[in-house]
Amino acid sequence: MTKSSKQSSEELAGTLAEFIQRTDGAAQARQVRIEGLRLLTGGASRQTWSFDAVIERADGQVVTLPLILRSDPQKGARSITDRATEYGVIAAAHAEGVPVPKPYLLGDDSLGVPFFLMERIEGEVLARRLLRDEPYREARRVMPAQLAAALARIHRIPLQRYDFTGLPTPAPERSPAEEEIDRFEQNYRSVTLDPHPTFELALRWLRQRLPRVKERVLVHGDFRIGNVMFGPEGVRAILDWEGAHIGDPMEDLGWLCVRSWRFGSDHLPVGGIGTREEFQRAYEEAGGSPVDPEHVRFWEIFGNLRWGILCVWLARPFMDGRNTSVELGAIGRRAAETEWELLALMEA
Amino acid sequence: MQDRPTIAELLTAIERLLETELLPHLTGSRQFYARVATNALRMVLREHEQEEEHLAAEWKGLNALLSTVERPATLSALRNATHKRTEELCDRIRRGDADSDPYREQVLAHLRRTIRDKLLISNPEWLKSSAPH
Repeated sequence: MTKSSKQSSEELAGTLAEFIQRTDGAAQARQVRIEGLRLLTGGASRQTWSFDAVIERADGQVVTLPLILRSDPQKGARSITDRATEYGVIAAAHAEGVPVPKPYLLGDDSLGVPFFLMERIEGEVLARRLLRDEPYREARRVMPAQLAAALARIHRIPLQRYDFTGLPTPAPERSPAEEEIDRFEQNYRSVTLDPHPTFELALRWLRQRLPRVKERVLVHGDFRIGNVMFGPEGVRAILDWEGAHIGDPMEDLGWLCVRSWRFGSDHLPVGGIGTREEFQRAYEEAGGSPVDPEHVRFWEIFGNLRWGILCVWLARPFMDGRNTSVELGAIGRRAAETEWELLALMEA
Repeated sequence: MQDRPTIAELLTAIERLLETELLPHLTGSRQFYARVATNALRMVLREHEQEEEHLAAEWKGLNALLSTVERPATLSALRNATHKRTEELCDRIRRGDADSDPYREQVLAHLRRTIRDKLLISNPEWLKSSAPH
């Protein structure tokens, strides 16, 4: 760690301690101390920090809260979903019994960037460990049904009970799929340096088959292995809600089936741990809407196109010389994987 | 004309150095990024060996789908022209030309070949299991 970043993390700890002391009425703190502050992930759209808040209450009792800080990285950098909206979505999911980290405090302007604090849940997120390692044998067995139940619960959150006005919402007369296709096509046209005939075919294929659905639900938007925290007993928390939007519930089911999230376990198309039939049955039994496999396939094709476009988009800073990471550059060559899937799925 | 060793011989030696001499002595994120770099180097080696053959096949496919044009003499001119002609193919798909057979089936056959060739360079493992339906 460089000297300047150490200094700034010390400043951050001080600011967080003051914020918690000022804001957490329940803690009635005499003193708040921040311990073990460290940056977990720093992306272009947000940062995730981990720390413990050691709170000494007015009555002398000392409690330690394991916490996560989610914030925008710097002034001016804006992501699609702002932190206040993300906090609201997690709070709604928590209130409706979805396994998510318990929200703690929504931030104010003390960090200079939008932020919130939530409970830190311990567990594993590496998909390869889930799919291969012996301690997770039981988790692999129970997780398809657990994930199906969590997803059904997300999709049944009553929209009128919460303030979701900050979320992308398709106009009432428009197909949610058309809205999503427009968004990703625009993104693709603005970033690609190479022609991708397969993406052109997929865009046409999808536009000619827009599902006609009236249903509008809260869509997680990035529901896949890799965004699920788990332990040997199974699902602990559904993470990464910044892609949340209002739309068609089947979008989440299709995205979960994208081959790239199977990490080589292709005999189990649902995240490398379950069959489509088993997952769709569990989803319906948990209260999800009836599943039409063709409708899910539409969204699986969209999901492959979306991931392919994201590969092109993610690698663009490498091609522009703004980022020299080999890992980032190599992602540009992964678009071909989704093209292969698109060809197979469109012809099926 | 350069003297031996060839590009392939040099790249193979660098790959062996990374794999057997350096990677085992690295840990954590250094090992991870060195592994990513080793994989990228393998990609370069495969592309070096197969690019010319793949571009020739792709050119033939484009000739059948668009119109017959003489193949550029140099590799870099062939690359640029293939890029341009694939853009032309994209235009035709956007216009709806590939919405129905027989043109659709010809386009799909061309894409199956060219995407397969891309994966033979970037990730041959991906071709091993077929896409489930």
